[in-house]
Amino acid sequence: MASFTTTTSVHGSRISLGDNGTLPPGGDSGGRFDYGSPHFEMRLRRARLGLGVGLTGIAMIFVSFTSAYIVRQGLPTFDPRTNTLVHDWLSVPLPGLLLINTCVLLISSVTMVLARRQAARETALAQVASIPGVSLGHEIKIPWLALTVVLGIAFLTGQWIVWRELAASGFYVSTSPSSSFVYLLTGMHGVHLLGGVFALLVAGAATVLRWPLDSRLVVLDVTGWYWHFMAVLWIYILCLLEFAG
Amino acid sequence: MAGGAGGGETIMSTREFAAHESHAHAAPQGFIRKWVFSLDHKVIGLQYYFLALTAVFVGMFLSLLMRIHLIWPAVALPLFGEIKPETYLSLLTMHGTIMVFFVLTTAPQGGFGNYFLPIQIGAADMAFPVLNMLSFWVTFLAYAVMLSAFFVTGGAPLHGWTGYPPLSALPSAGPGEGAGADLWVISIALFCIGALMSALNFITTTLDMRVKGMSMMRMPLTCWAWFITAILGLLAFGVLFSAGILLLLDRNVGTSFFVPLVTVNGILAAHKGGSPLLWQHLFWFFGHPEVYIAILPAMGLCSQLVSVFSRKPIFGYKAMVYAMLSIGLLGFMVWGHHMFMSGMSPYTAFAFSLMTMAIGVPSAIKTFNWLGTLWGGRIRFSSPMLFAIGFVSMFVSGGISGPFLAQPVLDIPLHDTAFVTGHFHLIMGVASIFGIFAATYYWFPKMFGRMMSESMARWHFCLTFVGTYCIFMPMHYAGMAGQPRRYSQFTELHYLAPLIRLNTFITFAAFITIAAQFIFLFNLFWSMKYGKKASDNPWEATTLEWTTATPPPHDNFGGRTPVVYNGPYEYSVPGAPRDYVMQTDTTTVAAH
Amino acid sequence: MGLVLLIVIWLITIASTYFFVAKTWWLPVGASASAAGIDHQFAITFILMGIVFVAAQLILGLFAWKYRDRGSSSPARYSHGNNMLEIVWTVLTFILFVGLNLMSSSIWASERFRPAEPGAVQVEVTGMQFAWYFRYAGPDGKFGATKPELEDASAGGEAALGLDTSDPAARDDLVTGTMYVPVNREVEIILRAHDVIHSFFVPAMRFKQDAVPGLAIRMHFTPTTTGDYEIACAELCGLGHYKMHGMLKVVSQEEFDKWLAAREAEKQ
Repeated sequence: MASFTTTTSVHGSRISLGDNGTLPPGGDSGGRFDYGSPHFEMRLRRARLGLGVGLTGIAMIFVSFTSAYIVRQGLPTFDPRTNTLVHDWLSVPLPGLLLINTCVLLISSVTMVLARRQAARETALAQVASIPGVSLGHEIKIPWLALTVVLGIAFLTGQWIVWRELAASGFYVSTSPSSSFVYLLTGMHGVHLLGGVFALLVAGAATVLRWPLDSRLVVLDVTGWYWHFMAVLWIYILCLLEFAG
Repeated sequence: MAGGAGGGETIMSTREFAAHESHAHAAPQGFIRKWVFSLDHKVIGLQYYFLALTAVFVGMFLSLLMRIHLIWPAVALPLFGEIKPETYLSLLTMHGTIMVFFVLTTAPQGGFGNYFLPIQIGAADMAFPVLNMLSFWVTFLAYAVMLSAFFVTGGAPLHGWTGYPPLSALPSAGPGEGAGADLWVISIALFCIGALMSALNFITTTLDMRVKGMSMMRMPLTCWAWFITAILGLLAFGVLFSAGILLLLDRNVGTSFFVPLVTVNGILAAHKGGSPLLWQHLFWFFGHPEVYIAILPAMGLCSQLVSVFSRKPIFGYKAMVYAMLSIGLLGFMVWGHHMFMSGMSPYTAFAFSLMTMAIGVPSAIKTFNWLGTLWGGRIRFSSPMLFAIGFVSMFVSGGISGPFLAQPVLDIPLHDTAFVTGHFHLIMGVASIFGIFAATYYWFPKMFGRMMSESMARWHFCLTFVGTYCIFMPMHYAGMAGQPRRYSQFTELHYLAPLIRLNTFITFAAFITIAAQFIFLFNLFWSMKYGKKASDNPWEATTLEWTTATPPPHDNFGGRTPVVYNGPYEYSVPGAPRDYVMQTDTTTVAAH
Repeated sequence: MGLVLLIVIWLITIASTYFFVAKTWWLPVGASASAAGIDHQFAITFILMGIVFVAAQLILGLFAWKYRDRGSSSPARYSHGNNMLEIVWTVLTFILFVGLNLMSSSIWASERFRPAEPGAVQVEVTGMQFAWYFRYAGPDGKFGATKPELEDASAGGEAALGLDTSDPAARDDLVTGTMYVPVNREVEIILRAHDVIHSFFVPAMRFKQDAVPGLAIRMHFTPTTTGDYEIACAELCGLGHYKMHGMLKVVSQEEFDKWLAAREAEKQ
């Protein structure tokens, strides 16, 4: 059952928090954030449900690519010169940089979790800190969210370099069906990850722009799950290319 | 805070309501926020509807040109001049694409679904209003890109709405297959994105925002239909999107997903090893659920209307839900029946044909239940009901030709003939359009506060019902006689000569039927200003949209949240004071 | 209005059914061995589905009129349905549809689950924008190699198919623009396409098969009546799709042998 609290005015009280010294404003809750409120719970549930549904739609795109991949791999093509069917699947040697990129992405998932937890802690502590006379002291705050963005961009840059390496070894997008799929799958994943990077920037902006607390937490939560999905999807693509290529 | 709104409804207190809502947004001010980038599902629904309205008139105009050319191939039309064979095929391609995507997939779901799903489940808006707004504008962009294909060098593509490669993958394979085809693919890819966003919203809203008392099994069948349609869309549009990306790559960067070693006009194309059948599998994996996406909302609405206007509960509510769920599920398992002649393995064909016959069963159940609802009723022939009855007739007619095509041996003479064209136009085109008309006549009073003219509606119905039968029933005869599809004229094959008179009849029927649609168009806009003022519940229906003001306020229920006590089809309940019991009525309906 | 609906629906149903039953426009007379079975299956489907069509439409029209609101005080019948009825008509429909399908599947199996008989006349049918070419293997019974880069459609005949004349098996291959086959002998066709998907459709033979680039699809049929039969293209292939037609001539075995010999002689 939601409860509407009276707005706590904190201007002028001596409270120190880690970052900017002022209490983050809350939306309806006026300074006090209630985790148990059905308002936050409902928003979080709805957002997570929406994300789950959306990820199902995105997953179908990659299911479709996978089936095209499997079909194409097994397909003999008719060679009119010999009047016979031949298999023309060439295995593409995948650059080792891919494994490094994978590690980067997995680490970014860890930093993502840390970013979300950090935000949750800050939100909880903010309420404690609103009690007059309580000081939280200074902590070194690592910008986990920014780090995740950086790692995400590093991954994408690494993928770009992988493309260059492939081209250098003679595998362009149209060289062979197998190379087409390598570019296609990594490219489509990259596009979706870029979308994730934008979502992270929005989550970051939410803090700077002083969005309501529950909005910030919901965005971060949903973005986090999206980010993890991108990591899992990447592992899947890597395995597909590596072991079924 | 209590309030009597009549009928024994219970109102939540404002505090409870405000706590219940995620973010009760205040009504927007300013033209741009109110009508252009509105977050209100009602406005977005109208935006989708009017997009579809322009699209249907474009699509009809294209078909008019097609029918004229078929009968008088050499005639030069004013403005267009003589229609060349490739132009005919472009008209055909764009007619199909625009109708399937921008009319049948847009108006029933994006239009009416957006407007009425939240209201019928008691919610104040869709789950994600910003996403909703974006999904419309992405769809609008897709529409603009599609239309732009007419105006580039080479014109619109000629490869049919099904876009089979290599024809659709090779710019040299025909006029329009250059820039026009690229724009076509891009438009469809954009449409897929918009559709996925919309599906996300519909599913989340239906699962998470039903008001107290509105269990899934108390939802109107329209809501079930929109919900299942959204699930189909969620799972199918991603596949079409991926196929589109592969086609775009084949066309522009030299990959060979779909194109084997081919020579066009003696020139070797820079592709090898691809499979045209791969496109067909991907396309039809989407394409078959797509036809159910086009028809399910109309089925849901038909159930609604036969109940309201027979003053009877729908016959077999649970069966109707299970039938729609089965249709949705089986719909993903039958795509190969579009490919019996494609070179696919005959064993696979057998498997698909068995599944296809199976999917006829839930459709038949629904038809029996609609008839069962009429039986013993007190039917009111208001305009929505005319089109609902018309829908049942069209659905039966179009459905009956299905079992012919579902058998591979019978598909041998019938595949790619006018028989198929007649089949899908009746069951998907006309039936779905009747659903759109029925929805318009039914919900117009709620959306615009006025009634549409019943006498104009009757003319519209009679001419359209008879007219569409005159257009599409003869196509079955022509198809049996061997008339192939997508021929720009019938002057070359001698065995087609006896069919020219039949085709002439079809063309004249098309003239009359298309003309009749202007009665509807006029009625629509005239009634917005001059129609008789409508009460809040002119049809005496029971579902939640009829409990609120006309038109509904910004948050749908004017600060109150409904509570639901009854199912959606409590008509002629024995012992009740009136022949309908609102869903929010606290009068207990005896267990049944 | 109920009466109007009844009349209109019944009239449309009766008129449509009339033209179906009268066979005013119908499948052409079958001229192949498989036609009898296919036409029989068509007739059964047609009768059963026809009964369903007529019954459903007539009932719809009847109900619309019979259950119209007459303004009397008797209310509509309050019923949420009948589970037994649902089960009964579900099972019956299932039996009807699946039964029809299984019946037709045996015909499908007999046509398509087996390869052509040994000794069948082999014709390679190639579709290209916008003509059909027919190749006979000649006395050596082997089809010679073709090379895409040798294709020259303007030259017609062997050159259109890109026949590689350096291949010994290709020397006696015969390429024509008209398809000749002997009557009462199984014909095996090998379907190919050069550019886009086409479809080889001969209505009287109850034969249709897509010709797909990249594939060589083997199908067979047995013509049983001599005569000339138009071949139509049944898959959209470009601007000339409507005029991509050919001619199938079914002749006696002696005439076929004579024709073949004459064409082979021309080649020398």
